Amino acid sequence: MEILSILIPVSLLLGGIGLAAFLWSLRSRQYEDPKGDAQRILSSEWDDRPKPPPLDQNSDP
Amino acid sequence: MAELSAGRGYDARLSACPACDAAPLAGRIAAAALHGDLILSIPTAHCAACITDVERALMAQDGVRAARVNLTLRRVMIDAPGHEAAEFIPVLEKIGYEAHELDGAALSSSAADRQGRDILMRIGIAGFAMMNIMILSVAVWSGATGATRDMFHWISAVIALPTVIFAGQPFFVSAWSSLKGGRLGMDVPISLALILATAISLFETLNSGRHAYFDAAVMLCFFLLVGRYLDYRTRAVARSAAEELTALEVPRASLVADGGERIVNVADLVPGDVIRVRPGARLPADGQVIAGMSEIDRSLLTGESLPVQAGPGDALSAGEINLTGPLDLRVTAAGRDSSLSRLADLVAMAEAARGRYASLAERASRAYAPVVHLLALLSFGVWMLQTGDWRVSLNIAAAVLIITCPCALGLAVPAVVTAASGRLFRRGLLIKDGTALERMAEVDIVVFDKTGTLTLGRPELVGASALPPALRPVALAVAAASGHPLSRALAAALEAEGVTPATLEQVAEMPGYGVTARWQGRELRLGRADWAGAETPQDAEGPVTVLSVAGETPVLLRFADTPRPGAAETVAALKAQGRQVVMLSGDTDAAVAHAAAQFGISRFRAGVTPAEKEAEIAALHADGAHVLMVGDGLNDTAALSRAHVSVSPATALDAARVASDIVLMGQDLTPVAEALDLAQRARRRIKENFAISVAYNIVAVPFAMAGLATPLMAALAMSASSVSVTLNALRLR
Repeated sequence: MEILSILIPVSLLLGGIGLAAFLWSLRSRQYEDPKGDAQRILSSEWDDRPKPPPLDQNSDP
Repeated sequence: MAELSAGRGYDARLSACPACDAAPLAGRIAAAALHGDLILSIPTAHCAACITDVERALMAQDGVRAARVNLTLRRVMIDAPGHEAAEFIPVLEKIGYEAHELDGAALSSSAADRQGRDILMRIGIAGFAMMNIMILSVAVWSGATGATRDMFHWISAVIALPTVIFAGQPFFVSAWSSLKGGRLGMDVPISLALILATAISLFETLNSGRHAYFDAAVMLCFFLLVGRYLDYRTRAVARSAAEELTALEVPRASLVADGGERIVNVADLVPGDVIRVRPGARLPADGQVIAGMSEIDRSLLTGESLPVQAGPGDALSAGEINLTGPLDLRVTAAGRDSSLSRLADLVAMAEAARGRYASLAERASRAYAPVVHLLALLSFGVWMLQTGDWRVSLNIAAAVLIITCPCALGLAVPAVVTAASGRLFRRGLLIKDGTALERMAEVDIVVFDKTGTLTLGRPELVGASALPPALRPVALAVAAASGHPLSRALAAALEAEGVTPATLEQVAEMPGYGVTARWQGRELRLGRADWAGAETPQDAEGPVTVLSVAGETPVLLRFADTPRPGAAETVAALKAQGRQVVMLSGDTDAAVAHAAAQFGISRFRAGVTPAEKEAEIAALHADGAHVLMVGDGLNDTAALSRAHVSVSPATALDAARVASDIVLMGQDLTPVAEALDLAQRARRRIKENFAISVAYNIVAVPFAMAGLATPLMAALAMSASSVSVTLNALRLR
């Protein structure tokens, strides 16, 4: 049963990393243009780094 | 945080290559991201090549610092300080993309955005907590006892407490506000179940009890938030499309002052200003003509399909279209005070009469909430009497609340509405209000406006044979010289026949009358019958114009309004569905009778004023009918808001679109008949979903009240019912 003391923190940590990644992607507005993002990977212009986020000035305060 | 995501933090976080940052482009983009303020709509963009083409073409322009296409919204945002969005339209048109200017001020996406992301974040957190607690709960359900069980319960508690407090906020807030208002909404039992389940589980954990409902509480949060998000998405899509429609009409006016002309925003006009309205433009404000002669198309306001004369001294209203000559107007009322306000009272009254429609979900929750609370209270009382153990009794009461909690009910309606409105959206119908679908399912009478609704409000030449072949090239040449709708219709008809235009001299447009020219030394005129030297026929069913060439008999040309594609089919389909079809129009008797015969409508009235339209619909309602009104003009606005449910085409006046529940995006009218059909199916699905929820309660509640419900059972029943209502809703897609 001692294995649980490793297993539980590890599972929580892994889940937490997933959650943090989701929250980060949400905050960096990666769900704003799903259709465009799906198409942009086909374009050769920005394959060395991601294109900058949208020019939406109506964002958070 | 906003700047971080909006751009300034971009270099800091995402630079995989420092060289890129050193490049001028990267710096330009990073700075630009903060004030991209020009927005163009590009409806035809659809692929990776389109994105690259548009962005590259725009970036090649002087003064453009950044351009970014959003393919989902089919928009491009341009950062070019000191430039107008209109300057870039020709650039995009040259590379083959249709572009329209959007008014950034009318697109208030930011607040909505934040709300959506907020719900998504809560869903993410609830989902994370749910999965982790479930892992621990499975161990408990499969037989963990003693210290292990307690430890698992403790870990669950540590995860669940903050999650419920944070993710449950939307429910707590709305439950509190409905309690303050003295109502029992759906959120009250939800909040009570959440709080009670968490509190009791915590208490049991402290006392090493056997059952803890942490997983149920968090799962409840998760499923209900998903329902809430679906609901939000449906409304957000509709609203953003509706905003885009509004934003497409960039409100500008040309102000005549100090001997020059200046472009100003319509909102800045005040009474007394002099504005110039060019042919083809819509009047931005009410005013009196002080110079110029023209013809005015007031079909949106009154339903008249014939243009009327306008000259100095005439009073004109905002929304009318100037057809042939430039006009100078002295503004008498602008903005909120313009002709719209005359109808505003009527609209407000009509909307009050329509009242707050109680949706199926509201009616269900009104019946549901008291029953749930009573059941929980009853089980607590009975168990208290039987055993005298308040801990057991409270546990059972909580189990009853959790099991009866309207998880499926909270998902049932949003899932169906999302599926149905998504399908209608693909067919070109935009649902602005969630309850519109339910109201639509009850419709038994459909009332149509004529001009602009059943017809396009665009004339078409009838009986082209009246024109002798010898005169056709002349007619085409003279018609092509004018922007009047009748001339354009004539030119289009002749061009379609392959006529080549003749050469004319001294072509001049006489605003308000027609066009004159010389052809082979003979004078010719195209325009009003009395001016061109012929008599106006009394039996005209539509607009007429006369072509007279010196030395020849004047030729009378008749026009009819183009029917909207699918109009006759829609009327036939509605009749086949067993619904009555009525036409109310402000146009003349002859024109209305002709259209009614064309579309196969037997009940119609002509020359109806806006107030009469509204009264007519009120009378139908008084007879117990549910009316669907389809209209596009200012004269329909009051009727649209009085009707049980209303539809307006995207070409309608802003006020009409605001007053209606559903906007028809395309030209074709056929989706209206389909929508009525789909609405009925959607209502059936909602009712089925309620039945599923009730059925599952009927099975599970006795177990809970008997004290036999374990947390495992609650979890199973809850997810099974949620999944089944969602799947049932998906059958609509």
